[in-house]
Amino acid sequence: MLLRKLIALLVCALVLGLTGTLWAGTLDDVRAKGFVQVGVNGDLFGFGKPDAKGVWKGLDVDTGRAIATAIFGDPSKVKFIPLTAVTRFTALQSGEIDVLCRNATRTLGRETALGLNFAQPNYYDGQGFLIPKSLGVKSAKELDGAAVCVLPGTTTELNVADYFRSNGLKMKPVVIENTAELAKAFFAGRCDCLTSDASQLAGTRAVAPNPDDYIILPEIISKEPLAPAVRHGDDQWYDVVNMTVLALINAEELGITSQNVDEMLKSKDPKVQRFLGVSPGNGKALGLDEKFAYNIIKQVGNYGEIFERNVGKNTPLGIERGLNALWTDGGLMYSPPFK
Amino acid sequence: MTVHVIDPAAENLKPPATSVGVVGWMRANLFNGVFNSILTVLTLILLFQTLPPFIKWAFIDAHWLSGDACRGADGACWSVISNNLRFIVFGFYPHPEQWRPLLAMLLLVGLLFYSQNRSRWNKPLAWAWLVGLISMGILLKGGLLGLTAVESTQWGGLPLTLLLSVFGLTAAYPLGVVLALGRQSRMRVVQTLCVIYIELIRGVPLISLLFMSSVVFPLFLPEGVTLNKILRAQVAIILFTAAYIAEVVRGGLQAIPRGQYEAAESMGLNYWQTMRLVILPQALKIVIPPSVSILISAFKDTSLVVIIALFDLLKTTKSVLSDPQWMGFSAEAYIFVAVVYFVCCFFMSNYSRRLEKELDTSL
Repeated sequence: MLLRKLIALLVCALVLGLTGTLWAGTLDDVRAKGFVQVGVNGDLFGFGKPDAKGVWKGLDVDTGRAIATAIFGDPSKVKFIPLTAVTRFTALQSGEIDVLCRNATRTLGRETALGLNFAQPNYYDGQGFLIPKSLGVKSAKELDGAAVCVLPGTTTELNVADYFRSNGLKMKPVVIENTAELAKAFFAGRCDCLTSDASQLAGTRAVAPNPDDYIILPEIISKEPLAPAVRHGDDQWYDVVNMTVLALINAEELGITSQNVDEMLKSKDPKVQRFLGVSPGNGKALGLDEKFAYNIIKQVGNYGEIFERNVGKNTPLGIERGLNALWTDGGLMYSPPFK
Repeated sequence: MTVHVIDPAAENLKPPATSVGVVGWMRANLFNGVFNSILTVLTLILLFQTLPPFIKWAFIDAHWLSGDACRGADGACWSVISNNLRFIVFGFYPHPEQWRPLLAMLLLVGLLFYSQNRSRWNKPLAWAWLVGLISMGILLKGGLLGLTAVESTQWGGLPLTLLLSVFGLTAAYPLGVVLALGRQSRMRVVQTLCVIYIELIRGVPLISLLFMSSVVFPLFLPEGVTLNKILRAQVAIILFTAAYIAEVVRGGLQAIPRGQYEAAESMGLNYWQTMRLVILPQALKIVIPPSVSILISAFKDTSLVVIIALFDLLKTTKSVLSDPQWMGFSAEAYIFVAVVYFVCCFFMSNYSRRLEKELDTSL
């Protein structure tokens, strides 16, 4: 009898504990912990990867730092957890991480069946082709019968198969597990072209024995809006993550950088004043410090700075802004007003 | 009946020059017969073809330290190792604190070497191990004695590989022995449970166990409750290895003649005494070679934790290779990792051979 009572008590405690954790919002949990747990890639140069000293670097990593700065005013209050493509969504669902910044493409299936909410994309990617100049091909439509080097098990493999089929072309896939080995095989001439996300093609081309012998074809055959993701059902936390990414973009639109942000505090422009929290309101609405945007820009930088630092022209990846330019420069980066 | 007469002069005759010395050795080992001679010549040609280019690539033309000169050079680029050595070996462990995992590893290796000799197996050594393990834990984890705390999420590289294998193997072995005894047990329930456990675990690959521990298991926990990732992987490795050890030990138990059991029983020993004093010492000795191969393969299997994104030695190396500056130098990096694994495995198999010789009672 006693045993049965004990078990009943235990079950009650467990259920109470469960609902208890469910009720508390992620933002409060994060504040109580004192740090944000961000799931990142770990192997992707320019997006999420430790350097030779073990310091995390990358566009996704800096996005995570911006979220930590928005909450704590300190970019170091973040823990990066490397995740594989398979474990990333489980880690988010199980609460092991608070936000996923791991070059995940926003899709309908992931929004619904997986129960995720994707914030503003921090990188618009798409799949392209890298070919040797000697092939004499100007468009992907001329690649009939080509041997295509591709990574297995990713959407990349499906996209290229779809593209060739819909254009009535034949292809021979050469599937190799590892990015570095794939590049090696391509440069050794095992295949006629290499397909991957455009952000990776530039980097792959840069490590070629002679980069000038290779070109990236103009066709982009897929849409890959890469965005941070959070769990369904916590709107406040979603707002914090979403507005953090948008704040990076808005700062660039307003011409605020980490260099001039202190001068901008004195700006007479009401848009800038509202954004930097000189005239309050935004912070309170989000449940954050009024200075959250100032802190982000001061300590992490605006979107343009983050882009150039991690994947821009002066990095080994050497990626042009392209789709990731501001809307005023012909890109897709567009922030709603901060008011 | 024939009588053998020994010719005194023959005793002083030297053996022919072709059967002693270098020539004799070569005749006996390399050229005794047409087939062996052909094999020897072929092997020599093959070595002559492959060895000089390899030595030229790996040593003569190689770059050891320079970072930029590597690309386009003919030789090996060992700079990929030397420039990233600290990350490859220690992973995310904070830079100024990396002496701590280094010290912990040296402590472990020192203890292992000291314990090689069986004459030193006594109580003080057991205490030394206990103290050693605790201080290794403190060194890695910190938070005590003025050491800054380092979370287990930041552990990586070689210390993680050693941690997973040393603890995995030491915990799996006793568990495996218990499971083997359970499978032989006359109690139906115990026996069935052990059989189910062993067959279930042996029936699935380690990768799926690791996936279960890192992907499926957290979904059953209430939201917000997370178990340490390293611990989850460690438990999966222990459970997996124990099932294999159990079957090997069972083989040893079955090899012990019935008479040994009966003799022990007739002396009035109970079950545990029989096992501890008579059966297990003999059975475990028999199964040293197969259990060492299981331990070696388990050691190498720890590298499978890359699939759940733990940064063990192999994963840190792979991570370095995804840097555009070092992309394409995979051969050098993997050779380095292979050498590290080889040294560890060779130590294990060498030691097991020694142990076998020492325990040999020629029965």
